[in-house]
Amino acid sequence: MLIFLAKRAGYMVLTMLVVSILLFLLLEVNGDSIAVKVLGPYTTDEQRALWLEANGYNRPAYVRYLEWLGRMVSGDFGDSIRFRAPVADVLWPRLANTAILGGVTFAVMIPLALMLGILAGMREGSKLDRTISVGSIVTTSIPEFASAVLLTFILVFWLGWLPGTSGMSNGFNALELILPVTVLVLYGFGYIARMTRASMAEVMQTPYIRTAILKGMPYRQVILRHALRNALIAPFTVIMLQINWLLSGVIVVEFFFAYKGFGALLLEASLNQDIYLIQACAMVAVFVAVTTQTIADIGYTYLNPRIRFA
Amino acid sequence: MNKHTIPPAPVEGSPVAPPPPGIVRSIGSGIWTSLLNALSLLRESRVAMIGVGLVGFWVIVAILAPVIAPYPPNAQALPFAKPFAAHPDGGTFWLGADHLGRDILSRIIWGSRAVLFYAPLATACAFTVGIVMGLVAGYKRGWIDDVLSRISDIILSFPILVLYVVIISTFGASGLNIVLAVTFASAPGIMRIVRGLVLDLRNRDYVAAAQTRGESSLRIMFVEILPNARGPLIVDACLRLGYTIITIGVLGFLGLGLPPPDPDWGGMVNQTRSMATFAPHMTIFPVIAISSLVLGFNLLADGIREISLKD
Amino acid sequence: MDQRTQIPVLDIKGLSISYHTRAGDIPAVVDFDLVIRPGESVALVGESGCGKSTVANAIMRYMGSNGSIVAGTMRFKGRDILAMDDEELRSLRGNEIAMVYQEPFAALNPSMTIGRQLMEVPMIHEGIAGNEARRRALAILEDVRLPDCERVMASYPHQLSGGQQQRVVIAMALLSNPSLLLLDEPTTALDVTVEAGIIELIGEIKQKFGTAILFISHNLGLVREVCDRVCVMYSGEVIEEGAVGDVFTTMRHPYTRGLFGCIPVPSADKNQRPLAAIRGQLPLPHERPRGCNFGPRCDLFVKGKCDAGPIPMLQAADAGAAPHRARCGRLSATDAPPEIADVAAVGDLAPVESDIVLSIDEMQKYYPVYDRSIAAMIAGTSVRWVKANEELTFDAERGQTIAIVGESGCGKSTFAKVLMGLETATDGTIRFEGDYIGDTSVTSRTTGQIASLQMVFQNPNDTLNPSQTVGSQIARVIRKFGVETERTKVWARVYELLDLVKLPRDFARRMPRQLSGGQKQRIGIARAFAGNPSMVVADEPVSALDVSVQAAVTQLLMDIQRENNTTLIFISHDLSLVRYLADKVVVMYLGQIMEQGRTSDVFEPPYHPYTEALLSAVPVADPNIEKTRIVLEGAMPSPLDPPPGCPFASRCPRKLGAICDEERPPVHVMENGHRIACHIALSALQEVEPVFRRVEPSDTEDAA
Repeated sequence: MLIFLAKRAGYMVLTMLVVSILLFLLLEVNGDSIAVKVLGPYTTDEQRALWLEANGYNRPAYVRYLEWLGRMVSGDFGDSIRFRAPVADVLWPRLANTAILGGVTFAVMIPLALMLGILAGMREGSKLDRTISVGSIVTTSIPEFASAVLLTFILVFWLGWLPGTSGMSNGFNALELILPVTVLVLYGFGYIARMTRASMAEVMQTPYIRTAILKGMPYRQVILRHALRNALIAPFTVIMLQINWLLSGVIVVEFFFAYKGFGALLLEASLNQDIYLIQACAMVAVFVAVTTQTIADIGYTYLNPRIRFA
Repeated sequence: MNKHTIPPAPVEGSPVAPPPPGIVRSIGSGIWTSLLNALSLLRESRVAMIGVGLVGFWVIVAILAPVIAPYPPNAQALPFAKPFAAHPDGGTFWLGADHLGRDILSRIIWGSRAVLFYAPLATACAFTVGIVMGLVAGYKRGWIDDVLSRISDIILSFPILVLYVVIISTFGASGLNIVLAVTFASAPGIMRIVRGLVLDLRNRDYVAAAQTRGESSLRIMFVEILPNARGPLIVDACLRLGYTIITIGVLGFLGLGLPPPDPDWGGMVNQTRSMATFAPHMTIFPVIAISSLVLGFNLLADGIREISLKD
Repeated sequence: MDQRTQIPVLDIKGLSISYHTRAGDIPAVVDFDLVIRPGESVALVGESGCGKSTVANAIMRYMGSNGSIVAGTMRFKGRDILAMDDEELRSLRGNEIAMVYQEPFAALNPSMTIGRQLMEVPMIHEGIAGNEARRRALAILEDVRLPDCERVMASYPHQLSGGQQQRVVIAMALLSNPSLLLLDEPTTALDVTVEAGIIELIGEIKQKFGTAILFISHNLGLVREVCDRVCVMYSGEVIEEGAVGDVFTTMRHPYTRGLFGCIPVPSADKNQRPLAAIRGQLPLPHERPRGCNFGPRCDLFVKGKCDAGPIPMLQAADAGAAPHRARCGRLSATDAPPEIADVAAVGDLAPVESDIVLSIDEMQKYYPVYDRSIAAMIAGTSVRWVKANEELTFDAERGQTIAIVGESGCGKSTFAKVLMGLETATDGTIRFEGDYIGDTSVTSRTTGQIASLQMVFQNPNDTLNPSQTVGSQIARVIRKFGVETERTKVWARVYELLDLVKLPRDFARRMPRQLSGGQKQRIGIARAFAGNPSMVVADEPVSALDVSVQAAVTQLLMDIQRENNTTLIFISHDLSLVRYLADKVVVMYLGQIMEQGRTSDVFEPPYHPYTEALLSAVPVADPNIEKTRIVLEGAMPSPLDPPPGCPFASRCPRKLGAICDEERPPVHVMENGHRIACHIALSALQEVEPVFRRVEPSDTEDAA
């Protein structure tokens, strides 16, 4: 078991390294274009050359990479061009905001999706199942920005119940969280619900559920004791991977509602060619994604006795 | 397929089982017969038929765009015109006009072209790459499987939109770049699915029969294994088309989409949302357009899955 | 007997069950009657599609969403099952009526320990607390003779072997001491020797608990060993019922006769008593003929009598103490004992030229298993070897049928793979028609070699590519091996092959899913013979088919082999079939050959102890045959770690002592190439009693 954990951790580190190399190559290899981005387009060749020399860009690539890696790991991400401040100062608070948004989203979405999925899968083919399935398909067909538009139109412009943006300019205001969370939940629950439904329906068809019923177990206990235990293994990994999805989803939602989160930061950085900020954001995003994947892997192995006690 | 008549033969008392009950699928030759067969199969699921209807509708709209769009998509006439308002050059703004006075209906019609060109192209590229990778990894196993799986794991570990944003912002936004970005980001997922299917199929007896005949690996992969994996792949293709359309829409919305002046549904939403309080029609109609198209593909995918389960 | 005065445990009259599909209602079971008294064991026998499993599900009232009981009554101990509500049914299930299923692993929850799954039963039905339930569970595990019960209680299902899992399922069914035990093909998924153990266990349960048993099977031999009475079903109806002894000696319904004619008997061979397949096909449920369902396939069919209207169950004229009834309009014609069909005796075809086609010499196949952990590196066990085949040596002459026999894990499939070139031998040689092919994989063999050595596969559903027409798959083989190249000639050959396997020519246009299992297997045979091979390897070609279809396909294979003088390597676990069709037998265990020789020699003493156990495990349907009972304990050792001495030593009932564990046994060589690898002296082996002994009918009073 320990060996397994060590292997997984090893893969994580390997993945992060490869990603870091790719990112580095992508963004920093052409020294001249960096100078342009940092200093602005209206500089002369000499100014750029001076800056490149001063910042060590004329050294061989691998030296620069290792140095960069060292700085990254120690938390020094360089300075943001756009915000004219150290990247770290901008990044962490934004990440915290996104964590809040993500946390509330998951707290609402996961129980909802699991419950709907289980109810649908329990009675496959029933009206409830059809309704939930079709509902899931419809909600995952409406992109986040689309549902954001519709919800804003109804709840902000027409009914006036909620504020239209979520800039949190007057301190923390829970009302401003409602729309972004709703949009995310609306789009995200469908996938989990359908995976849970499929897993549940599959489990209900298995011979061991038949055994449980023909043992004379009450239906409720069959579901709670026998079915759920097996049906929830697959959705667990899916839920972990949804964190990955969340990192993408917040980009649109934060942009739409002007929420000062990590996603909006990444977008701004990209649109403004803010190199160091892009690098830092991308690395953080990948780190979170890889961590959740690893947790999903470990969890799946732990939950599945066939693999655990091979 | 052999075309000449079957000579009668002396067959004594052999058992002739009629085909199993249910729909007898005619064994047609050629693409058109297969397509018609496929469509008649789809009739079994109401959900699939709705999906076909929605998708078909937009495909026809895209093809006939030059004919049915009432106005040029970039002609500026009457800013903020309401739906059903009269157009200065005669005729009506059926869906109103945007902040620059361009007819929204025409922009939506023309916008469908871009979406229905790039999304299938990108998905097809992704599938080609993904299928080849998956077949090789799943059939050959060994070191090439390890390498391909590692690579795909690494790519898949990127949150998708982050990947797009980084790629597009580095290389710039263009149709080609979007196709490449989608291919790069989707191929590993497809590879995973194909690989899983191949791992299962390669243990079948008919694959062993081909191997003991001395067939080449290439032939076994593409002729024996791949056609039998088509069910789940077709379902995934429909779903992925939906995702790709959403992605193109989102990129357009974020300002990273196709460069102007091509009308871009996502871009249309982004450019007009700040004015949505007094002119909601500018944002709502493109939203409905993109949602209905994606819904069509999703329903189609679900319907196909339903049908294949009944088989 | 005062059984008659007691209330029957199960009393079913006129039961009819139908499935509702989009195409309408399909009757699955029609007019079904059954009475089971306390302590009785009744068998429900039939082939697939006859409705026997449907009946079992109906008794439990677990029909699924589209099945329903449309007529008839069903009483359990006098209470009407059909009128019960959910709560009453729940208290019956697992408590008074319990069921044992076909696939033991699938029937157990993979995420719960055995102990918890067992303890649930008394806790639900009798409200017992945890400790008491645990005690009961342990006790029942001992009753089913599982060793190390505490460990089993704490294990998960996948940590147990197939036989152990089935014992657990049986234990779970017995926990509440039910009055009726339903067993639905409980041993079909298990190896022959494991099966024997389960059958013996069922016999013990009958004695000890006095439970009434309904035993569902397609295997007539098993039925004879377990049950008192038998009901034979065909296409949804019971067509014969009576005491096992009566029905099995004087079968009155033509279908029952046909069934018995299909079963190879371990004591007869292909020349004494050829398999007589039942002609025709099982009718589809919505296409049943008017009158007798079996009519179209029956030799005694009389138009006007057999197709007029429904045929009732009639008393057979020879009723002894127990009633014997059959659903036949021509009962008087079946009064006489069945004549052995006067099939043209084939005669012992000794090969004309005894030239050796295949010669295997000390062939060895090891698979490496890599353990890349640090602990293994230190211990030096990074690479371990699965010794799948060890020192295989035998010959095959042209036109012979060599049977390779053994249970799962014995290495016979590995041997087939090496022969076909899907794997290469680690050591030793294989010589085929003069060429050394042991170390050439199929990609390095010439087309001639490949065409000359072809294979028929086990699973008829997987043997054909589902996406191509049947004809094109055969045509591909013809073209690949260069038998014909020109289009019309290729297709002419395809049609010839279809004729050869007795299928209509227009099947060439069909897709595999439109064919039945037996038909697909015939195509598999056609495909194997398309290239005019000199040797064909058949890997369990008929194991997955129904009894009557098995007979037909086996007969076909033998006919084709005979006409083309092809050598046939027939891999199987079914010893009766092997006795029937093989010239030479090779018995394998854990990758090594235990015994080999001519069929008649292997099936008679002297036996290798494993052969003896295998033979005794074969279920025999003929009531006139008595056999020795040997039940093996334990399980086959792992091929990763085979014992240094005789591989069978850990389970051998005739084990001599430590010598068996430590030293490889010597090979006794007898005449006609009969070899036995055993430490026991040949003289001692020769004195062993034959496993199968024919007894006089009057002596058959066997308590099953």
